[in-house]
Amino acid sequence: MKLIEDHLAIDPPEGVPVWDVDPYSESVLANPNPYYAALREQGPFAYIPRYAILACGRYDETKEVFSDHTRFVSSRGVGLNDFRHGKPWRPPSLILEADPPDHTRTRKVMARALSPKVVAGLREDFRIAAEAIVDRLLQMQGFEAVADLAEAFPVAVFPKAVGMLDVHARHLVDYGAMVFNGLGPDNALRRAAMARAPEIVPWITAACTRNRLTGDGLGAIIYEAADAGEIGHDEAAMLVRSFLSAGVDTTVTGIGSALWCLARNPEAFAALRADPALARPCFEEVLRYTSPVHTFARTADCNTEVAGVKIVEGTKIICALGSANMDPAKWDDPEVFRIDRRPAGHLAFGVGIHGCVGQNIARAELEVLLTVIAEKVAAIEPTGEAVWRPNNAIHALDRLPLRFRPN
Amino acid sequence: MPRVIFVTPDGTRTEVEGVAGDSVMATAIAHDIVGIVAECGGSMMCATCHCYVEDAWSARIGQRSDGEEEMLESAACEVRDTSRLSCQITLSSDLDGLVVHLPDAQT
Ligand code: HEM
Ligand code: FES
Repeated sequence: MKLIEDHLAIDPPEGVPVWDVDPYSESVLANPNPYYAALREQGPFAYIPRYAILACGRYDETKEVFSDHTRFVSSRGVGLNDFRHGKPWRPPSLILEADPPDHTRTRKVMARALSPKVVAGLREDFRIAAEAIVDRLLQMQGFEAVADLAEAFPVAVFPKAVGMLDVHARHLVDYGAMVFNGLGPDNALRRAAMARAPEIVPWITAACTRNRLTGDGLGAIIYEAADAGEIGHDEAAMLVRSFLSAGVDTTVTGIGSALWCLARNPEAFAALRADPALARPCFEEVLRYTSPVHTFARTADCNTEVAGVKIVEGTKIICALGSANMDPAKWDDPEVFRIDRRPAGHLAFGVGIHGCVGQNIARAELEVLLTVIAEKVAAIEPTGEAVWRPNNAIHALDRLPLRFRPN
Repeated sequence: MPRVIFVTPDGTRTEVEGVAGDSVMATAIAHDIVGIVAECGGSMMCATCHCYVEDAWSARIGQRSDGEEEMLESAACEVRDTSRLSCQITLSSDLDGLVVHLPDAQT
């Protein structure tokens, strides 16, 4: 048995085009749309020889593979490594990298902590923080929106919501980026991420212990489930860790991308100002249009078939969510940003049993922030070029120079 | 093709043809039934696909799924014994003619 990137090196299935591309090259990661279009053009699947994997990017097949948790499992890793054959770089996530019945148990506890009811209680805090930050930015001639807004807002509200006593803004943002880079191949991005693990991981682990959390945050809800015997106390610490790996860098990315969309589409921002109730649909379209999580993988756990293609057990399939969200077979004029599109069925939060458990909090953060911006800002003006930051799983901005024109 | 009948709070009935294997939520969305929002797309995170199953069908559609009970606590309207998240009800030929009532609001 031959392994590549710690997974089974499969041969190209019959009828599947062999496509010599590196989906994890920095040029693709910085500007993925041409790669997505070419991927969809290949067919339902393409075989990528350099990693001996399948890739899919048409809406229907991406959704089928990504949501069928019995045939395409997560417990073998949602990156290129197959945990059955190689050792994961960190203990696997008890939710993201787990299958039922283990997943069902941990998911229930996480869903409780992140339910619409719990999130409704956070909105007031979100609003106060959003107003303070936006007011400050309105005083400035210009600002760097990634650091000054996209990072500043979640770092102000999220650790507090979790109940963290220790806040280290850089570690919180970089931990997520590190975990996401870890899902890729052994490239420069992954190696640089792994090199930072000894610095960041011990801090994260310590910050997730019960004595470093307040008794009234989301973290406490997880530890209460441990007290009740639903999960172990060691598991509770790991689930709190999941808040931090999946909940900071993702929303940072979502906010940066939302500002990027609105700065480039002034008519959309005008529509939002005229009707701030568009804040929620606006974020859905930002998610579809920019897909903060661009690619996650699954592993075939049996011999099976999708769209007539025979897939053998052990096949790694990378699912380009960003491509599915741009598939013209699914969306009218996918490359047009329409603030009121209401793109039900987009895959930016995934789909099925692993569908983002933090989506309520992400939506609440963005809805509140976009509403405050719509109320206070007359125009969002770019003052320099937007630069993207390549990451093996996240499509995020590195820099976004902007100016807010006051009302 | 199992049929589903959606009944609005004012009593208006809409009958649609579903597909066995699809959820009641997906059937509602496919037919633009106003009153099922389903913001999370069926990941059981939003409780905006809440519905009341008509008494006669309650026994046949089976139990609430693991975690559904708790997520229902986030529903905008009153939760009754017949309350379900429609994304957790899978259509089959046994459910042909299923009648579900829509709540006053989902958010
Ligand atoms: C814009 C923001 C976000 C995006 C785009 C996003 C995207 C995603 C996606 C695509 C998945 C599916 C993964 C899979 O199926 O393999 C997922 C799962 C997950 N997300 Fe998010 N997410 C966001 C925000 C958050 C937040 C704020 C939290 C925490 C509070 C969070 C926690 C999680 C967790 C724990 C999972 C794993 C769920 C499971 O496997 O059952 N996410 N997210
Ligand atoms: S669609 Fe969100 S809970 Fe059913």
